Amino acid sequence: MYQTGNLVKDLAEKHGRKRESLMPILQDIVKKHNYLTDDVMVAVATELDISAAEVYGTASFYTFLDTEERGKNVIRVCKTITCSMKGKNDIIATIEDMLKIRVGETTPDKMFTLLETNCIGWCHKAPAILINDMPYTDLTPETVIDVIKGYMR
Amino acid sequence: MKNKGLTKVDLIFETVDVRKVMQKAFEMTSEEIIQQVLESGLKGRGGAGFPTGLKWKYTAAEKDPDKYIVCNADEGEPGTFKDREILDKVAPKVYAGMAIAGKAMGARKGFIYLRGEYRFLLPQLFVELHKFHKMIAEIGYDFNIEYRMGSGAYICGEESALFESIEGRRGEPRNKPPYPTTSGLFSKPTSINNVETLVTAMMIIEKGPLEYVKLGTKDSRGSKVFSISGDTPIPGIFELELGMTVQQFVNEFGDGDTKAVQVGGASGFCVPRKKFADTIIGFEGVPTGGSMKLFNSSRSMYNVLHNYLEFFTEESCGQCTPCRVGCQQLFKGIEKVKKGEAKSTYLNELVKLADTMKVASKCGLGQSVGNAFKSIVENFREEIIY
Repeated sequence: MYQTGNLVKDLAEKHGRKRESLMPILQDIVKKHNYLTDDVMVAVATELDISAAEVYGTASFYTFLDTEERGKNVIRVCKTITCSMKGKNDIIATIEDMLKIRVGETTPDKMFTLLETNCIGWCHKAPAILINDMPYTDLTPETVIDVIKGYMR
Repeated sequence: MKNKGLTKVDLIFETVDVRKVMQKAFEMTSEEIIQQVLESGLKGRGGAGFPTGLKWKYTAAEKDPDKYIVCNADEGEPGTFKDREILDKVAPKVYAGMAIAGKAMGARKGFIYLRGEYRFLLPQLFVELHKFHKMIAEIGYDFNIEYRMGSGAYICGEESALFESIEGRRGEPRNKPPYPTTSGLFSKPTSINNVETLVTAMMIIEKGPLEYVKLGTKDSRGSKVFSISGDTPIPGIFELELGMTVQQFVNEFGDGDTKAVQVGGASGFCVPRKKFADTIIGFEGVPTGGSMKLFNSSRSMYNVLHNYLEFFTEESCGQCTPCRVGCQQLFKGIEKVKKGEAKSTYLNELVKLADTMKVASKCGLGQSVGNAFKSIVENFREEIIY
């Protein structure tokens, strides 16, 4: 859970209060807090004068607009064919072992969430992952440890 | 017919004086621009291959004062990554393509719908966009571009789903007709083009259509940026003249043990070794938005198909039954056959289901699941069963 304060109001000022403002507002909330709480979705609905079901219905359609609690850093491991062929299972096993969580879980200190995702467009440099917005490519079990260590501080 | 060889081309990434091209286009009439794109024979580079000049002509013919140019940068097809490279390396050429399209069709507003996975590119893209806006304003253009972001939905690459997403809704495809050229974004006439298509159109204006038609074949004019991955010693992005056979492609990019090439991504076709020599990469053979995946003999085609079907099951928007249920049943179906829970003849039923999805699904996603399914099942049946 997180407190939003004036965030929703500020974002509505920035992006407008039309229906097409919804995605940019939700995307900015997720950029800051990594997921959408029920409270924040209701606040967005009130601000745009649409039903909360419309907000939830839209958010739940998009993989990156998470409506479940996520850690500070969201790791998404590409599982589509080339990454799968080039060792994504070893990458996942390494991360699971390092963070002591399974795919779909968040660390108890809320620092990391580990997820799988569909093709992220780095097939020529597989296996690849996204941490928040940043792609990391040509990974090995050794290099992925260093990458994740960089997010531990 | 004599096949074209495998020729490397440098059109998309070539350094050009964008300002000069913008000046040249500014002095042309709307009809002249559209005529040149028509004469070039350019077909959409996102995968569907609709003639670009026609799309522009239809949109230009609409009388509405508000029209939109949309650049589809929601590159989500497995195995495609060329649009990211184009935006990363030559974004001003993409912007130029949009502004030229705007001039040709009488649109003053453009949107680039960029997939969420490429958000890290934004800071640099904004810097270049700011410079571009300043430059075209000096020439006299009245055209403005904005970015809109995707949030991880493959289906939003489908044009009408993309409009829904920009409008702030679930990315569920619309019924067609009406087509975007009459009623697209915000129900206004819209020309939606792939990133590479816009750059190609811009280069056609720069070089002239006669120069462009020297490349390629009658049905597949020009060149294309290919995204090459899988079992190849040289994965990456290559711009090649259209018209080569899969064999010629494999000779250049294979690892000596290529057993199949998936052309056009998960929604494309699987070409087995025995058909390499007779299959042309292009609209007369197997079309592609650029995705080329090579598989060598160490790969199980069951795993490939299983991966694709899992992808479609997750990415189907769920709106229409043939696609939503069809994807799930194909996915479960091949698992059953593999485990021996269903007879091998059950595959024939699944092929019929894939055919039904092709005619009954609402949009291109459901309609093209059968491409990979049938071409893998028909050519590698024993690998699916045993």
